[in-house]
Amino acid sequence: MSSRTREQLEEALFPPLVALLVALICGDLLIMSYGQSPATVYRLLLEGTWGNAYGFGQVLYKATTLTFTGLAVSLGIRAGLFNVGAESQLAAGGFLAGVVGLGLSPAVPGLIAVPLCLIAAALGGGAVGALPGWLKVRFGAHEVIVTIMLNFIVLALLNWIVAAHLHVPETLHTPEIRTGSVPRLESVISAFHGSAANFTILIALTTAAFVWFYLFRSRRGFELRAVGLQPDAAEYGGVSVGGVWFRAMTVSGMIAGLGGVNYVLGYKHYYEEGFAGGSGFLGIAVALVGRNHPVGVVLAALFFATLSQGGLAIHAFVPKQMVEVLQGVVILAVAMSVPEVRAVLRRARKPVAA
Amino acid sequence: MNPISFLTQTLRIAIPYLFAASGGVIAERSGIISLELEGLMLTGAFSATLGTHYSGSPWIGVLAGIGGGLIFGLIHAVATIRYRADQVVVGIAINLLAIGVTRFFLKLAFASSSNSPRVAGFGGNAAAHGFDNPLVWMGLLAAPVLAFFLYRTPFGLRVRAVGEHPDAAASVGVSVEKVRYIAVAVSGMLAALGGVFLALDQHQFTDQMTSGRGFIAIAAVIFGRWDPMKAALACLFFAAAETLQIQLQGNQLIPSQFIEMIPYALTIIALAGVVGRAIPPAALGKTGE
Repeated sequence: MSSRTREQLEEALFPPLVALLVALICGDLLIMSYGQSPATVYRLLLEGTWGNAYGFGQVLYKATTLTFTGLAVSLGIRAGLFNVGAESQLAAGGFLAGVVGLGLSPAVPGLIAVPLCLIAAALGGGAVGALPGWLKVRFGAHEVIVTIMLNFIVLALLNWIVAAHLHVPETLHTPEIRTGSVPRLESVISAFHGSAANFTILIALTTAAFVWFYLFRSRRGFELRAVGLQPDAAEYGGVSVGGVWFRAMTVSGMIAGLGGVNYVLGYKHYYEEGFAGGSGFLGIAVALVGRNHPVGVVLAALFFATLSQGGLAIHAFVPKQMVEVLQGVVILAVAMSVPEVRAVLRRARKPVAA
Repeated sequence: MNPISFLTQTLRIAIPYLFAASGGVIAERSGIISLELEGLMLTGAFSATLGTHYSGSPWIGVLAGIGGGLIFGLIHAVATIRYRADQVVVGIAINLLAIGVTRFFLKLAFASSSNSPRVAGFGGNAAAHGFDNPLVWMGLLAAPVLAFFLYRTPFGLRVRAVGEHPDAAASVGVSVEKVRYIAVAVSGMLAALGGVFLALDQHQFTDQMTSGRGFIAIAAVIFGRWDPMKAALACLFFAAAETLQIQLQGNQLIPSQFIEMIPYALTIIALAGVVGRAIPPAALGKTGE
């Protein structure tokens, strides 16, 4: 390993480790405030997630959605953009996938219907991502605020469409899709029985591989990272910064949109109001802890999925809301330690008599 | 529609916005992005409920609420100013943290995952139309008082200076960090008061009771071009739209979801500059290296 790679790895790995330590200590305090023993509660948390097939299946299911939203956010950050809109992009993707699955004839085989639904999901999310990208390039409107505001607008719009035109009476969801469902993992590995884990996980891993290739092996990805590091220098080097920004927001939205498939095609087989349930926002945490690298994002998605499923496992002893506190603590600790760790490491590396 | 009830209801809906938007204005004018208004309001609402519940006095609740907002505001300040953490990330983290912390302690203190028991509040005399609630008066005064501080006092000048040209401010001896710490701390307390009003007005804390009001306040800050009085007008306007929606309920001329969209859509339009571009303070968001 070259010393440059090692330095990069150190700078990437230290902040999440610091954050984990801080989160463990905060967790201890919260558990003790409830009069329980931290060791017991942490053991339960692990047993309920990685200790049995059902729990592990649920972790995989939750990690699948988070991988998509984490990849989406990290791709934006690599281009120097903050996509806070993954939540509504996810919802729009799931909605369109559900609409296509509902509209197609049941006679259309899955091999055709699933790709069509995937395309619809990517288009839905991509459209919601492209708008802030265009507004930034054309008018200089800050993408953070625009994506936050768009979250509310898009979710309200989807709620209205479902409530006014598409819902099953007495519910907040659409009718079941007629074709295009993605099989569950339990259909192949029976131990996963009852868990929502499904083959969307393969699409998530493929997307992670695609993002890695795009970022680190393609010319467009090189341009994207150049713009993220130094837009002015990239522009001077002949890169169209506006083009990169627009593309990055669109692709970011498409990836988040694909995430909607996990719930709509793989789990419930219908679009339901509020199904995104914060996964888009948690994608920001996933990208941050995963240090915006596809491999890191997959690992961080597993970590946050474990926390969220683990909350259910410990609920009898400590309120599951504890994991929500820890999620916030982890994000805060990583955000605070990134610049600090970099400064400390660079100081330590500086030759003494420079 | 009865105009008096329309006005009083608009006012009542606007009070939390007025507090939170004033908090947003002062933090952002000092150069710190305040996406955490929602979390600050939620913390304020919960602390106020705790304080009122254990003391029986809503005034102690107000102080507790201000204290809760101050703590979260200081966390934000330390993370972004001392540790140079990304302001957007910290804002989002504080919002998540506030949801988690209030839920956890709601369970711990009141053994409930949905709401607290009933607590005391202010006023309640129907003939006074809400004006017997001191928080209403404080909310109405927040923006004019802030405008006076920002534009008519030396400290306000410093706040504006560090938000526009921190280097220039530092070169004439202003401690940029100190001014920002104070601005963010005040922002935390102001935004928390918005939550305090909600909790005491409804006489209880309910899970996620701020339900996006902090983001409407951010919309008002931007739509009001980072000016206290214009932001306050935006708050009143958004509140009027909401009141209209409530009072027209059943009358499905325009679906309620479309009225919900108004503040957000207007903010995007303002940012895109279709009718006079909204330009943020020059140093907004730039505390990282």
